Amino acid sequence: MSFMTVLSILCLLGGFFFFFTATIGLLRFPDFFTRLHATGKGDTLAVFLSLLGLAFYEGISLTGLKILIIAIFMFIAQPTATHAISRAGMRSGVKPWMKENIES
Amino acid sequence: MDYFFAAVGLCLCMLVLLALYRVVFGPGIFNRVAAISAIGTKTLVILLIFGLLYQRIDMFIDISMVYALLNFIGCVAAAKYLESRQE
Repeated sequence: MSFMTVLSILCLLGGFFFFFTATIGLLRFPDFFTRLHATGKGDTLAVFLSLLGLAFYEGISLTGLKILIIAIFMFIAQPTATHAISRAGMRSGVKPWMKENIES
Repeated sequence: MDYFFAAVGLCLCMLVLLALYRVVFGPGIFNRVAAISAIGTKTLVILLIFGLLYQRIDMFIDISMVYALLNFIGCVAAAKYLESRQE
C-alpha cells in the first residue's frame, strides 16, 4: 500500500468524521441559526477533506485536477449559500434561540 | 481498497437518511432548505465514490460537478425567493 493511498484513507476518514458531527449538529441543535452554524462549517471542511482524499487516490491526472477544482469551488460556494440562507431567515423574522425561552 | 470505498459510501448514505429527518419534520421552510443543502453536499461525495467503484470516474466527475453547481444555485435561489416573500 503506497503512501498516497494511506494519505487518501486518512483524508476520507477525517471527512467522514466531520460529516458525522455536522449531521449530529443538524439533528440536535435547538434552532435554525445554530443548525446552520453546524452544517455550514462542518460540511465545508468535510467535503474539502473528502475530495482531497479522492484526488490523492486518483493521482496526478485530468480527473484529479477536476476533483481539486470541485473542492475549491465548494470551499467558496458553501459559505456563500449558508450566508444567503441565514440572511433570508433573519430578514423574514426567524427568532434566534435565547437562553430565556429555553422551554419553547 | 474497494471495500473501504464501499463502506464509506454506505455510511454516507446512512448520514443522508439521518439528515432526511430534518427535511421531513423540520419546523419551518428554512430548516428544510438548510438540510437539503447538507444532503446535496453529501450526495456529491457519494457520486464520486460510486464512480471509483464502477471504474467510470471520468463520467461521474462531470455529473458531480454539475451537481455541485445546481446545489449552490438552487440554495441561493431559494434564499432569494424566501427573502422577498411577504410573511
